[in-house]
Amino acid sequence: MKGGRFWAWVVFILGAAYFFIPLIATVEFSMRMRRGVYSFDAYQIVLGDERFQATFMYSVIAAIFTIVLGVLIVVPAAYWIRLRLPQLRPVVEFITLLPLVIPAIVIVFGYIRMYGSNSPLPFLASDVGTNALLVIGYATLALPYMYRAVDTGLRTIDVRTLTEAAQILGAGWGTIITRVILPNVLIAVLSGAFLTFAIVIGEFTMASLLNRPAFGPYLQNIGANRAYEPAALAIIAFVITWGCMSLIQILSRFAPRSANRPN
Amino acid sequence: MTDLSLSNQTMAGKAAPPAEARSLRLPTQWLGVAPFFIFAIMFLILPTLYLMLGAFQNDAGEFTLENIVALAQPSIVAAYWISIKVSLASALIGAFAGLAIAIAIVRGGLPNWIRSATLTFSGVASNFAGVPLAFAFLATLGRLGLATVILNTVFGLNIYAHGFNILSFWGLTLTYVYFQIPLMVVIITPAIDGLKKEWGEAAATLGATTAQYWRMVVIPVIWPSFLGTVILLFANAFGAIATAYALTGSSLNIVPILLYAQIRGDVLHNAHLGYAIAFGMIVITGLANVFYIWFRTRSERWLK
Repeated sequence: MKGGRFWAWVVFILGAAYFFIPLIATVEFSMRMRRGVYSFDAYQIVLGDERFQATFMYSVIAAIFTIVLGVLIVVPAAYWIRLRLPQLRPVVEFITLLPLVIPAIVIVFGYIRMYGSNSPLPFLASDVGTNALLVIGYATLALPYMYRAVDTGLRTIDVRTLTEAAQILGAGWGTIITRVILPNVLIAVLSGAFLTFAIVIGEFTMASLLNRPAFGPYLQNIGANRAYEPAALAIIAFVITWGCMSLIQILSRFAPRSANRPN
Repeated sequence: MTDLSLSNQTMAGKAAPPAEARSLRLPTQWLGVAPFFIFAIMFLILPTLYLMLGAFQNDAGEFTLENIVALAQPSIVAAYWISIKVSLASALIGAFAGLAIAIAIVRGGLPNWIRSATLTFSGVASNFAGVPLAFAFLATLGRLGLATVILNTVFGLNIYAHGFNILSFWGLTLTYVYFQIPLMVVIITPAIDGLKKEWGEAAATLGATTAQYWRMVVIPVIWPSFLGTVILLFANAFGAIATAYALTGSSLNIVPILLYAQIRGDVLHNAHLGYAIAFGMIVITGLANVFYIWFRTRSERWLK
């Protein structure tokens, strides 16, 4: 067993080296902008860049709309399947796995061909429509994660009893979903939301092919034209991903308690 | 008995109205799942079907196999081949390294905080992909990257003189491994947790050596989830484009980059050939996922 522990340490240290060297190297590289001394010049330039602010805000707003759209689609469906239509579960699970099977580039290619300006549903004919199509595309990308998060949340509460109790008290479907079910699965929904945010914020393929001024294409553009700023942006992106994942971890600690809450 | 027959009678007497009510309620039954299905059909299934049908049509809309046959031209075959190689290599390296790390943190007797820290970090790193990951590896193993410079100045090893290039097959594979290993760790750790202590004790009681325990208990139990995850990692890398595009521009001709160029500017001068490339990608990731689901159901038997 002592030998086992030795090898466990070797594996762990090798793994840690592989994962931390690129991060250290990126931090170091991002601070090399001023000759001879380390400085935060690259970060200053990036954060002060108007296009950074504009594209980042664009992607944040797109992410928020994506989360709202995802919740509106997934929560009623997952709830209804638990309550009334359990026979549809395999079908819905299969559909929610499809975005992992069909690459994002194929999905957006399909959109471009199907919803072009000459089609019956010309999403791509206007700016608003294209923005909507991007949000829709992001919602499909996030579908597997959102559905799994919400379904896990619903599993921990007694959907049927809660629904019947609410009905006895005279609640309609709208009230049941927004005031009974949603608060009970809020933690799960938020976990799905932060994961969606992490996926969407730097997404490149869809935004680029739909010609949207999003953060992902901006990153790619900076990467092709600058030396030190990309490293600073990589660190910023890593911190954002880290932030989203930490929030999910923190939230998950609250999850069981909220699920067992009597009211 | 009488009670039963009575209730049966009342049931029979009231049979008609509930049935009527149900037929009226039927549309509302579907109302809750309607947004989901409408969304999935309009924005997931139909666009994909559109491309798949388009792969078998010519410009006049007639059925043809020409587009599929045209996939056999050398540049497209080469693109598929390098995509498959990069995805397979990164999936296998990621899988074995991830498995080793998972075993180390679960079974290696390491302090507890290492396990939770590794799992947290894996959650982050498996989502740290796309363009920023390419930047990080350019800063590490690019010509002026920290690792390149240190290897050259401290160890006297000029990796670029020895034929390494971040804009190459191995450069891309090494970069993909950065999100493949953590994904493996996240997925396989529960499987290793599922190895019950009693199995080890039972094996030891029956006189098995450590090697026998691993060969005859651990590996057969983990094998299906391991293979399943390898396939998932493969599909994961196969569809990825952002990292490769930011890393290599269009100098490395993988399928998603070829399709990207085709969508942008019809570089192949045949719109339907683009559909065929997309069709080929779906076939490959689809097949991979069929195997994944198959292995997954096999592995779930042991992980209850």
